[in-house]
Amino acid sequence: MIREYTTTVEISGPLMLVDSVEGVAYEELVEIELPNGEIRHGKVLEIDSRMALVQLFEGSSGTDISRSKVRFLGKQVELGVSEEMLGRVFDGQGRPRAPFDTAPPIVPEKMVNINGAPINPYARDYPAEFIQTGFSSIDGINTLVRGQKLPIFSGNGLPHAIVAAQIARQARVRGSEENFAVVFAAMGITFEEADYFIRDFRSTGAMDRAVVFMNLADDPAIERISTPRMALTAAEYLAYEKDMHILVIMTDMTNYCDALREIAAARKEVPGRRGYPGYLYTDLASIYERAGRIKGRKGSITQIPILTMPEDDKTHPIPDLTGYITEGQLILSRELHKKGIYPPMDVMESLSRLKDKGIGEGKTRGDHADLFNQLMAAYSAGKDARELAVILGAAALSPLDQKYLRFAEEYEKRYISQGDHENRDIDETLDLGWELLKLLPREEMKRIDPKRLDKYWPVNDGKKEEAS
Amino acid sequence: MIKGRIDKIAGPLVVADGMKDARMFDLVYVSDYALIGEIIELKGDRASIQVYEETGGLKPGDPVVATGEPLSVELGPGLLTAIYDGIQRSLDKIREEAGDWITRGISIRGLDHKKEWDFKPAANTGMQVSGGEILGEVPETEVIVHKVMVPPGVEGEITWMIDEGKYNIDTIIARVKEPSGGIRELCMYHNWPVRKPRPVAEKRAPAEPLITGQRVIDAFFPLGKGGTACVPGPFGSGKTVIQHQLAKWADAEIVVYVGCGERGNEMTDVLQEFPELEDPKSGKPLILRTVLVANTSNMPVAAREASVYTGITIGEYFRDMGYSVALMADSTSRWAEAMREMSGRLEEMPGEEGYPAYLGTRIAEFYERAGNVRCIGGDRNGALTVVGAVSPAGGDLSDPVVQATLRVVKVFWSLEAKLAYARHFPAIGWLDSYSLYTENLKEYCNRELGDEWVLMMKQAMALLQREANLQEIARLVGAESLSPEDQLILYTARSLREDFLHQNAFHEIDTYTSITKQKTMMEVIMHCHSEMEKALLAGVSPRELFNLPLKEEITRMRYIHEDSISDISAIKEHVTLQINGLIEKEQTA
Repeated sequence: MIREYTTTVEISGPLMLVDSVEGVAYEELVEIELPNGEIRHGKVLEIDSRMALVQLFEGSSGTDISRSKVRFLGKQVELGVSEEMLGRVFDGQGRPRAPFDTAPPIVPEKMVNINGAPINPYARDYPAEFIQTGFSSIDGINTLVRGQKLPIFSGNGLPHAIVAAQIARQARVRGSEENFAVVFAAMGITFEEADYFIRDFRSTGAMDRAVVFMNLADDPAIERISTPRMALTAAEYLAYEKDMHILVIMTDMTNYCDALREIAAARKEVPGRRGYPGYLYTDLASIYERAGRIKGRKGSITQIPILTMPEDDKTHPIPDLTGYITEGQLILSRELHKKGIYPPMDVMESLSRLKDKGIGEGKTRGDHADLFNQLMAAYSAGKDARELAVILGAAALSPLDQKYLRFAEEYEKRYISQGDHENRDIDETLDLGWELLKLLPREEMKRIDPKRLDKYWPVNDGKKEEAS
Repeated sequence: MIKGRIDKIAGPLVVADGMKDARMFDLVYVSDYALIGEIIELKGDRASIQVYEETGGLKPGDPVVATGEPLSVELGPGLLTAIYDGIQRSLDKIREEAGDWITRGISIRGLDHKKEWDFKPAANTGMQVSGGEILGEVPETEVIVHKVMVPPGVEGEITWMIDEGKYNIDTIIARVKEPSGGIRELCMYHNWPVRKPRPVAEKRAPAEPLITGQRVIDAFFPLGKGGTACVPGPFGSGKTVIQHQLAKWADAEIVVYVGCGERGNEMTDVLQEFPELEDPKSGKPLILRTVLVANTSNMPVAAREASVYTGITIGEYFRDMGYSVALMADSTSRWAEAMREMSGRLEEMPGEEGYPAYLGTRIAEFYERAGNVRCIGGDRNGALTVVGAVSPAGGDLSDPVVQATLRVVKVFWSLEAKLAYARHFPAIGWLDSYSLYTENLKEYCNRELGDEWVLMMKQAMALLQREANLQEIARLVGAESLSPEDQLILYTARSLREDFLHQNAFHEIDTYTSITKQKTMMEVIMHCHSEMEKALLAGVSPRELFNLPLKEEITRMRYIHEDSISDISAIKEHVTLQINGLIEKEQTA
């Protein structure tokens, strides 16, 4: 049953108020026909027995009160899914996105509500399979596992796009060539950035195994609300019905949240911190929590949301709430970036909460956990020594501190830093860790099990030094 | 039954007309999907309803039915080992019925009504009983005996009592003739409204510590049985690990774990780990004494608001049986945010940061349900300890939820990002945290651990305080320019931090330290300190002292098994021996 109304009474920002409606459902999809025949879309945001408040996906410019026709379509926002989605580029409403994709629309196998339903915690399987990204700073230190949601906290001007593209290109589960695909959701990023991803995917052949949803900076801001949900709906279909392992990259979540704020402001809601709505946490959770694995199903969804922290401030509501939902975070550091280190990964502040179950014998290597602890401790000591050197001068450091200082420098230059097409195997990463530790006296290896130390660093191997 | 119609829908808030005789907090069924909701505001014949399920697709005009009953939980055998959502629906049953995703309108009762339990009567015909009195016992799991009680508010004479046997929870097990002359039929379970605290005979101040096996907590910031604590901290500071550690190791008989608006994978971790983990006391899986309530962040927000009440009501019920219960709520901030969201939708005047003005009252009411009590209906004592995690925005402790919580709780474990970055876990800051139970527990400690315990902890804390001041100076002038005494303070404080306060939750032995072992470890460190003080007086150089091999032995203390605590005490002698060696060398020189 399609019902058409011309009873719009108010348009303000992205919202439209339609009077004397009947039988309209909450969250129902709406089509608006402008006087010039153009079709816009929206959904019902609030409804009472008389009025429907409609949120316009493409914004309100050009709409008018007396002549625009509003049709309620009797269904919620849906995405048509099929395996044909692979290799295609869509807009924030699931239509082919020119100029990246000029092919006709796909023939959907079925239509799916984009809001999804919460995964029953009882049905979840704990993520424990190591994903090799080829970055030492991720694989060795902040290990990513299948079904995890691990955001990248970045800042303006930092190379998060390059890092994300490289992860998309290189991510593999060790020793398996399983069904793997990338779902990419772009929200409010520039044409150039989007073009970079598409070209990178095309040139490396990754595009055949990618589904892209794209809402660019000049596309309607409100469409950003549905873009990640479209992408995740596609991901869920491919993961849980087609047994694929999906890596979802979403950039930039900050733009998404700003769109959410725009709607909240238009509705005159009571604002929370920095004007973001009080339900920002719940809303973000409804996106991030769609990552995971399910018992008895082969596929998985791993998420890497990217967000730029306004003023590099980690306590800004967007990174703050994201950090409370996701299982850790990868933080890019402006300081390392200025030093010319790529990827500028701040390994101290970054964290992968699910790391412990994804590393070790049979997953990466038996020495991984000890090695990780020792590297972190040594790098931390090295950074302390660096601070001390700033105050006292490098010459005033004790010989041991000088060694730590050198370790920190080398660690940044050789371990964290790598080429943007360099794909390091986990063994390479771990061996490199040992090599760097040998810059330090063997006695300092307090976090490593003595037996393991003997295996990877036999006593006669390094020269003994006085530790003082 | 009152039937109304939906007038307005906005997110989880539905406003219905024609609800004139409905009561506040009555449970309602919304639309033909029979979505569960609760009335939170009444204006004329309009009722505002918070709906515990997704409201997409609802229409004005859809029916709303008020049940006339408040939101309640079923209390009886079958609670233990269960995993519930925020309104006591079993998640495993939901999965059986609806598959891997939680869909709408699923109606599942909290307890299994078909399962038969071995019931053994403990009361006789002719007995006068009142609320709380024990009618019989059911071995609910291998480790917990469930006591079937007369529901609070019922009293009279038992006119009939069932024989020992296997029954399901719907079977009438007793008839009670009430003073009014009416006959009440009782079965093994009863319903209790979640927002109403269960009555107790008397509340008392906590007098016994809840031993958690976490050194920084037990030694410095102890929690009393029946007390309240909060753990605020920024993300990544280890709130959840601490909550899990407490759930695993605290010496409570029953653990209720409420995952309120947190990560799905974390709940899965608990679900997969608890059946495998052994309870240190019984040697049986931990899950046998655990009830889980999981309303993850992506599950409906209104049910999240209800989840902490569901959890605490179940906790109170086991307390009434005379058990010591520990409830962990992770995280109360998500509960507060759920309140804020509903308050915003109701267009109430906001208080601080958009939170409703009644935030403080609700938080205080919640924590006040904890307590060390004499139970009603017999001579039993029970305790309900509540530990709430708080996730303040940006880790900022001026957050309204933190402040409202600190006004009521007696223990504050301050998690510090700085410690977490340095991988010092548990990241409980020793300078800012506090426990107001130290005085209450003094008598117990003196009795059980000897007078020296409290004194020793005070000394150790003083050293840590001194360290904080000295570090400033050391940073400017270098540690070596400090006086030998001050250097020793830095040395011992470091040892306290690294060998005592720091504890590895993932190490097989280090994860739990008995109070006896804690005391022995502390004795070794403090003994070392006083011996070194003597040595410094005798003129031994700090450098020589600090390089003694005893350091390694002290570092390894924590990994020594509980069965060989004597090995730890033995270190004291080694310490004396090594230090005396240096003193003698100094004297002969």
